[in-house]
Amino acid sequence: MSEVLVLVEHEDGKVKKVTLELLTLAQQLGEPAAVVIGSGVDTAPLAEYGAAKIYVAESADLTDYVVAPKVDALAQLVSEKSPAAVLLPSSAEGKEIAGRLALRTDSGVITDAVGIDAEGICTKVIFGGAIIVKGKIVEGTPIITVRPNSVAPEASPAAGEVEQVSVSVSDASKKAKITNRVIEEKGERPELVEAAIVVSGGRGVGGEEGFAVIEALADSLGAAVGASRAATDAGWYPHQHQVGQTGKTVSPNLYIANGISGAIQHRAGMQTSKTIVVVNKDPEAPIFELADFGVVGDLFQVVPQLTEEINSRKG
Amino acid sequence: MKIAVCVKQVPDTWAEKKLSDSDKTLDRESVDGVMNELDEYAVEEALLIKEANDGEVVAVSMGPDKAEETVRKALQMGADSGIHIVDDSLAGSDSVATAKTLAATLKDQGYDLIIFGSESTDARMSVVPAMVAELLDLPQLTFASKVSVDGDAVTIQRQADYGYDEVQASTPAVISVVEKINEPRYPSFKGIMAAKKKPLESVAAPSGEPVGLASARTEILEFAERPPKAAGVKIEDDGTGGVKVADFLAEQKLI
Repeated sequence: MSEVLVLVEHEDGKVKKVTLELLTLAQQLGEPAAVVIGSGVDTAPLAEYGAAKIYVAESADLTDYVVAPKVDALAQLVSEKSPAAVLLPSSAEGKEIAGRLALRTDSGVITDAVGIDAEGICTKVIFGGAIIVKGKIVEGTPIITVRPNSVAPEASPAAGEVEQVSVSVSDASKKAKITNRVIEEKGERPELVEAAIVVSGGRGVGGEEGFAVIEALADSLGAAVGASRAATDAGWYPHQHQVGQTGKTVSPNLYIANGISGAIQHRAGMQTSKTIVVVNKDPEAPIFELADFGVVGDLFQVVPQLTEEINSRKG
Repeated sequence: MKIAVCVKQVPDTWAEKKLSDSDKTLDRESVDGVMNELDEYAVEEALLIKEANDGEVVAVSMGPDKAEETVRKALQMGADSGIHIVDDSLAGSDSVATAKTLAATLKDQGYDLIIFGSESTDARMSVVPAMVAELLDLPQLTFASKVSVDGDAVTIQRQADYGYDEVQASTPAVISVVEKINEPRYPSFKGIMAAKKKPLESVAAPSGEPVGLASARTEILEFAERPPKAAGVKIEDDGTGGVKVADFLAEQKLI
């Protein structure tokens, strides 16, 4: 059986959940082989979720420059292993690596898949969630990036045999040097695009202080915090939390939209969420069209009550 | 300093976007086109760099006839000249063919910087800037939330989920910018009048690269409108709205 290369996304030595989702998808296409670029990564979850092989490339050159060295590493593995496909996370960097790898290996690339079947046919949701498309790659090695939360990761213990890979990074790939990494305080909340639950606030939150009730609800649920463009443009919440056409696209199990009217700009970033709860005092707000459960009411009454209720039920 | 800024015409956000039944590509004719919003930030950044360093800004767009409007808008904002790559053979090009066409048009023209918006609002792949860097063998300075140019040294802040990376390279380089890097200017009346006299050249697809739908390395097999969501429950808050949401979440096994 051919290998399916899965580029591992990791932070602080820990494998991210999206990687386990990719390993689960990879099993349909062949034998999952995880590719770890960087050092000090705990590889145990990779074997547990189905990686028969784990290729580890650790040289500092690979992580000191933007994107290109990782393309060198994957291109080398594609050439050596002739995999059935390469799967990457649909992060900004994952997509850039995929695009360059497609050129390097004369292949096609599909980004933002939300499903892949055994024939390699990918499902995508496009135009802000309006249309579902099925497509496949018809040339070279299929290179596919997959959105977080597309499948539930399933444990499937495999050998997880670790093989060190030495990659020679070309001078051409050392042209954009990372001179400093600035980690911004993000606290204990999960990352927005990976989170299983997202609690968002919009214009109805009314100001920076108002986000305290949104954050309290998020924390009761172990959720990430999102914001509409109205809220980030007003400076009430940091821009990187914006959900929408010009922000992040999320597809969590549960999305709670508070004080968000539901302009198409916002819907484009969240309407594939599995369950949607809406709290808004305007009964005509278009976001109610998406709601599985909607409450017409003041979010400053409903949200704290919900938070308290969740916390007491956890008790 | 010679700066190319790549701009794309996309369907207006509020327009209903459709795939054509015949070739399954985006129907660009039946919708109003606007400049991709993130490209406005790219044009603004190009103009700011030009204003601080002297030089010229060339707006480049690939697209059907009416994409000329988007090149014109960049000229109205202040770009000095425009290039519109327009060729029937380009219709249906995938990301690979698009990147190759742009790279072939931009190659060996003496550009110090090639600036893109980080993503288009129609395809939303955000791969073309990185692919152009690959094809032209230039440093990739993408997802920039800040750009500093000092002689031939370029430094950016590359946005990431964890914060940002400071990245350094020398010109020539490829840059893509994120939303909020600047405040794009509106074309002034003077700018609109001046744009009418600025050179805007239409060029054909560069020869030698397979482009268009037939060259695409990806094939759309089928598409369908996403089924509308079944109507959910909608209640008025009677003072117990929060509790009722909790009940619903418990029912759905979400808490």
